[in-house]
Amino acid sequence: MEKLTTVEGVAVPILRINIDTDQITPGKELVRMRTEGAAASLFAYWRYIGDREPNPEFILNREPWNKAQILLADRNFGCGSSRESAPQALRAWGFRAVIAPSFGGIFYNNCFRNGLLPIEMPIEDIRSIAMQMEAAQGNAKVIVDLSNQTVTAPDGTRKSFKAPGVLREMLLLGADEIDVTLRRAAETDAFRSRDRIKRPWAYRAA
Amino acid sequence: MPQTLFDKIWESHVIEDFGDGWALLHIDRLLIHDLGGAPALNELKRRGLKVRNPELVFATPDHAVSSAPGRTGETFPEGAQLWSGLRKMTREAGIRLFDLGEDGQGIVHVMGPELGLVLPGATLICGDSHTCTNGGMGALAFGVGSTECVHALATQTIRQRKPRRMRIRLDGALGQGVTPKDVILHVIGKFGAAAGVEHSIEYAGSAIRQMDIDGRLTICNLSVEMGAKSGIVAPDDKTFAYLAGRPFAPGGKVLEQALLHWRSLASDDDAAFDRDETVNVAEVSPTITWGTSPQHAIAIDDMIPDPSTESDLDARATMRAALDYMGLEAGRSIAGTKVDWVFIGSCTNSRLSDLRDAARFAKDRRVDARVTAWVVPGSLAVKRQAEAEGLDRIFRNAGFQWREPGCSMCVAANGERIPPGARCVSTTNRNFVGRQGPHARTHLASPAMAVAAAVTGAISDVRCL
Repeated sequence: MEKLTTVEGVAVPILRINIDTDQITPGKELVRMRTEGAAASLFAYWRYIGDREPNPEFILNREPWNKAQILLADRNFGCGSSRESAPQALRAWGFRAVIAPSFGGIFYNNCFRNGLLPIEMPIEDIRSIAMQMEAAQGNAKVIVDLSNQTVTAPDGTRKSFKAPGVLREMLLLGADEIDVTLRRAAETDAFRSRDRIKRPWAYRAA
Repeated sequence: MPQTLFDKIWESHVIEDFGDGWALLHIDRLLIHDLGGAPALNELKRRGLKVRNPELVFATPDHAVSSAPGRTGETFPEGAQLWSGLRKMTREAGIRLFDLGEDGQGIVHVMGPELGLVLPGATLICGDSHTCTNGGMGALAFGVGSTECVHALATQTIRQRKPRRMRIRLDGALGQGVTPKDVILHVIGKFGAAAGVEHSIEYAGSAIRQMDIDGRLTICNLSVEMGAKSGIVAPDDKTFAYLAGRPFAPGGKVLEQALLHWRSLASDDDAAFDRDETVNVAEVSPTITWGTSPQHAIAIDDMIPDPSTESDLDARATMRAALDYMGLEAGRSIAGTKVDWVFIGSCTNSRLSDLRDAARFAKDRRVDARVTAWVVPGSLAVKRQAEAEGLDRIFRNAGFQWREPGCSMCVAANGERIPPGARCVSTTNRNFVGRQGPHARTHLASPAMAVAAAVTGAISDVRCL
């Protein structure tokens, strides 16, 4: 797992509700991104006109928003398909954190495994940060601090958030999740010996 | 303390509680498919790890294989490597593969229940968000990402956050022309695409009890379109009868023990849910989506909604964008909108009962000359049984293409796409922008409504057919 402690950078608002992972990385990109890399596929429908001609209207195609490391989003961000290409593309582009009122559940879990921190925060706080960023035409910084679980807006306002303990720890240390679980083999084996007696059918498909 | 069904299954699988609602869970069944299977097994191999319990893992190609009649794993060239990789890697790992042309092959969420791989009270995961479908069997089933899938292959466990519990009671009797698909689209239209975020949904009520297993699988399939990772229906005699004699379901003495356990799998009478909703299904009409989110669902005799009447400004903005993308005008009737394509298939609506229902309306009718219409059965078993019943002939005589089992145009990962700008009535689960191909316009509906659109050439009320 890629380590993350603090992020200080441009926060770009894309405040639409229910942005699904088909918008983050469209299905038609899934094979192509294997050769071209994940970053080029990010928001492909919105970012390009035709085949790879940048759409000047789209915020990520404009300075200084194109250097953003923090994405400000609206509710149910990353809903839909379980495709891990979505957080991979966000990370490959340069994002390290996504702040939204709520997330698609599978996407939320996938983020942590790709060096990307999903932060749940009320929409009013997100809008306030977005307004400050827009007022500064993108020339402002937001600070995300995972150790202290805070987000500092450009005007210095600091808000707390809560990241799940297990995943926060892994992200702070850059620990490998499979290694961590394999170290719990004794607990797993003990569980299975007990459970196998109660539910033998679960352990072999007849 | 009274418990919900979800809590009973969750707690019986907790290996270790990490606090904050997070736990290490034991996974009873793991399903893999061509899109993620070989990459996950390769990653495991690269790390020098073995599959912990290959006998609890099952594989089938579905996403990136062609559905063309006479197809092989190489008919869709871009998917050929994924398919051959799945064959090679499952053989190496000792994982049972249900390959193309082999009994058991099909869309992973159709073949699982069909083979008896999905059992009440079991935990099941797959690298696909529609794994929630399997909750219709009374299993705790949810989709995971590819990294989580590798973790599960290596350890037969997963780290998860326990969701809140939501119950949706579906009471009453379905009206004429109304199917489980209409009910769940109506429910999503009513509560919204984010209503189930961080929740697990239990579907209960008299309509669920009356519903056959196929219908329950359809209902649970769209749980993720409401934002929930899992949906579940308490198992009952219908479930146990469905499982009887399935190739991978328990039998003999073990079955007796299993049944005792399975019969205890219901929410206690006074169990508390974080959210409890009731829907009278008698009020549901045949339902179809007009926009680009599953929550954009309306009754077939409704008007396309006007964004200016929506009080939520965020929702209003997405409604405007959706009307524009879909090429529709607010305030007009959705019925009568001309269609170019009809797709019957997907893990939502490709089971035998779906095809029987569709065939009932397709019989002695003709697909409109301007419409291309496909039927893609969910599995080889469904296809064979449908052919034995003569359903394929009904579809073919009506002008539908009768194809090979797989995900096909639901996810369009196999190159089968709706052309740009074309309008499709589809029995699938996602009407997202570009889902069925760049600039494709998707209207989600039931198999019966899909046939109604095919034979009239326009979005139509199946009750008027």
